[in-house]
Amino acid sequence: MSAIQNYLLGPGWPWVRLLLYLVGICAFVGANAAYLVLAERKGAGRIQRRPGPNESGYAGWLQPVADGIKLLAKQVMIPPGSDRLLFCLAPLMVMAPPLICLIAIPYGENLVARNINVGLLLVFSLGSINVMALMLGGWASRNKYAVISAARVVSQNVAYEIPMLLVVITLLMVTGTMNLNEIVQQQGGGFWHWNVFKVWVNPLMPVTFVIFFICMLAETNRAPFDMAEAESELVAGAFTEYGGMGFGVFFMAEYANIVVGCSVATVLFLGGWQSPIVILSGPVFGPLWFLAKMYALVLTVIWVRWTFPRTQFYGLLNLSWKILIPISLFTLLLTGAMMKLPLVLHHLF
Amino acid sequence: MIAQPEAFPTGESGRAPQETFVLNLGPQHPAAHGVLRVLMTMDGEWITKAEPVIGYIHRMHEKMGENRTWAQFLPNTSRIDYLSAMHYTHAFVGVVERAAKIEVPPRAEYVRVITSELNRISSHLVWWGALLLDLGGFTPILYAFEDREKILDLLEGLCGARLTYCYYRFGGLYNDVDDDFLNGTRKFVQEMRPRLGMYRDLVTDNIILRKRLTGIGPISAEMCRKYGATGPVIRGSGVAYDVRTIEPYSVYQQFDFKIPVYQECDSMARYLVRMDEMEQSLRIIEQALDRLPAGPFMGKVPRVLKVPPGDYCYAVEAARGRFMVRIVSEGKDTPYRIKLRTPSFSNLSLYEEASRGMILPDALAMMGSLDLVIPDIDR
Repeated sequence: MSAIQNYLLGPGWPWVRLLLYLVGICAFVGANAAYLVLAERKGAGRIQRRPGPNESGYAGWLQPVADGIKLLAKQVMIPPGSDRLLFCLAPLMVMAPPLICLIAIPYGENLVARNINVGLLLVFSLGSINVMALMLGGWASRNKYAVISAARVVSQNVAYEIPMLLVVITLLMVTGTMNLNEIVQQQGGGFWHWNVFKVWVNPLMPVTFVIFFICMLAETNRAPFDMAEAESELVAGAFTEYGGMGFGVFFMAEYANIVVGCSVATVLFLGGWQSPIVILSGPVFGPLWFLAKMYALVLTVIWVRWTFPRTQFYGLLNLSWKILIPISLFTLLLTGAMMKLPLVLHHLF
Repeated sequence: MIAQPEAFPTGESGRAPQETFVLNLGPQHPAAHGVLRVLMTMDGEWITKAEPVIGYIHRMHEKMGENRTWAQFLPNTSRIDYLSAMHYTHAFVGVVERAAKIEVPPRAEYVRVITSELNRISSHLVWWGALLLDLGGFTPILYAFEDREKILDLLEGLCGARLTYCYYRFGGLYNDVDDDFLNGTRKFVQEMRPRLGMYRDLVTDNIILRKRLTGIGPISAEMCRKYGATGPVIRGSGVAYDVRTIEPYSVYQQFDFKIPVYQECDSMARYLVRMDEMEQSLRIIEQALDRLPAGPFMGKVPRVLKVPPGDYCYAVEAARGRFMVRIVSEGKDTPYRIKLRTPSFSNLSLYEEASRGMILPDALAMMGSLDLVIPDIDR
C-alpha cells in the first residue's frame, strides 16, 4: 500500500496524508457537533413525548444548517468593560483541544492520524485545557453569573480529574502502554477480552468503567453535572455574555468534547475498533464497530441528561471526594496486588 | 448630587476589602418564574441577605374593584393568580353571596367543588414541572402539561376559558355541567391515579431529587405564623391548617378527605404535601361526582345586585394557600373597598429570613418549593 503511495506521490505523501487527516478531523468534528445537537434535540423530544425539530428539511435534517446560519448572521457582541483578548480567546481555547486530541485516537487498525506512543497522555493533558478556557471566558465576561460559574468549573474539574486519572493509571498498569492503538490491539478476540470485562485482572473493572463514565460527564460539564451552565441558576453560566458564533463555538466544543470523551472510553474499555464477536473485523468493519460503540456512549450521555435533575454543587464535590476517589484508589491498589500476587506466591513457595 | 457607591470598596485601612457582592436576580431570570426580582447579597455562593423586590406586575386590582359593579369585578379575580382562577372567583362569589344572602343550589356547590379541585390539580402540576425545571430536570414538565391539558380541555368545555375561568356566578354557575364533562372527569380521575404513581417512582424517589430537597430550606411553624404563610408551606411545617377544614366553605364538610401534613419543615415536605394533595383532590372529585344532586344550577339573584352595607370576609383554600376577600359595602352597586389577601405574598415574605446563609442553588430550589405566582404577589 505505502509503496504505491510513494510511487504516486513520492516524497510529498506525508504532507498529503497530514492534509487529509486535518480536513478529515475538522469535518468529523464539525459534522458531529452539528448533528449531535440535532440528535440531542430529537432524543429529548423522544424522551419528552414530542416530535422535536421536524420542520426544516426532511424530518428536521436541515435544522443544524439553519442554526448555523442564524448564529453566523448574528452580531458579535463584546460586553463593555470585559477583557477583549481573553473574551475572544476563550472560544478558541475550548475548541482547539478536542480537535488536537482526535489525532491520537485510532478509528481503525490503520486509521489514526499520528500513532503516538504517549497518546493517552496527550489526550488527558489537552483535555484539561477546556477548564482553563471556560474559566477565562467566564472571568473575562465581567458578569457575576459567569464568574460564579467559572469558579464552579475549576473546582468541579479539579475534583473529577483525580478519580479519572486514578482509573486511567489502573488501566495503564493492565495495558502497560500509553499507545492507544496498542491498547486496542490487546483487547482483540471477542468482547470478553475488552478491558471493561477483564475481571480476572481486577474484579472491579466494570466499576472503574462506570467511574470513568461519570468523570467524563463531569469533565465535559454535562447534566447532571452541568454546573458551568446551570441555566436555572446562573442564566447560562460562563456563556452568559457570549452571543452569535461565540456561543456557537462553545456549544460545538461541548459536543466535540463529548465525542473525544466517548472515543477515549471506547478505546480504553470497550475494545476500540475490535469486533465483539471476532468475525466481521478488518479495515472496513473496524471503524464501523468503533463508531457504533462511540455513538452508543454518546446517546447514553444524551439519555442521562434528559432523565435526571441537576445535582447540587456540594453534593457533586462530595461524590468525587468521598466516593469516587476512595473507590478508584482501592481499585488501583487491588489491581497492583493482583498483578504482583503470582510473583509473590512464586517467591514464597 | 446623588452619592455614587464606591466601585471597589476598600474597607477600613489595612483590612481586607468588603467580601460580599450584590447579585441582581431578576426581574428577567430563568429561575424567578416571571418578574420577581431578588437582590441577593452574596458571600461567595452563600446568601447573606436576599431581599425580594416586587411590583413589576402590579395592576391595581383592589382599586379597580372600587369603580366597577360587583359583577364587573368578577373576571378580575381570575387574573390575580392565573393558575388557580377557580378558587379566586370562588372567594369573590362567596363573599358577595354571604353579604347579599343569596342562596346557592346544592348542584352548583357540588360542581364548584369538582371544578375547584380540578383546578388545584392543574395548578400543582404546573408547580411540579416548574420546580423540576429549577432543579435542572427538563422532562417532567412535559408530562405534567400532558395531564394538565386534559383538565384544561374539560374546563374549556364548561366555560370556554382555558386559564382565566369565569365560571362561577353570584348564586350559581354560568351554565350546567353536561355528560361530556362528567364522563370526561371520571375518565381523567381513572387515568390520573396511575400517572401519580409513575411520578412517584420516576421523580419523587429519584436520589438526586431527594438530596436536593431533603433538609433544604427549613421553615418552622413559628416562622410560618410570623409571616402568615399558609397552604402547602405551613402544612409542610407540621401544621394542619387548611381552610377547607378549619373554616369550611361550600360543601367541603360533606366529603371524606385527608389534609396531608409533614413534620420535616424542609422543601421535601412541601413537595410531598402537594403530591399527596393531588391524590386527595382526586378523592374529593370522585365523591362529588357520585353524589352530584340534580336540580337548578342557579339561585334567585336580583337583576341589579346591591350588597347591604357592612364589612364581609370569605376565605378559600387556593392552590397556594389561604385566599381571602374582604369587601366593605355602602349599599351601592359598587364596592366601597375590596381587600385581597393573597397567599403568595405571605409565602414570599418569609423568603428573606429563610434563605439566609443558604447556597444559591438551594435557595432557588427552596423558592421553587414555595410555589410563587408573581401576579398573585403584586395583584
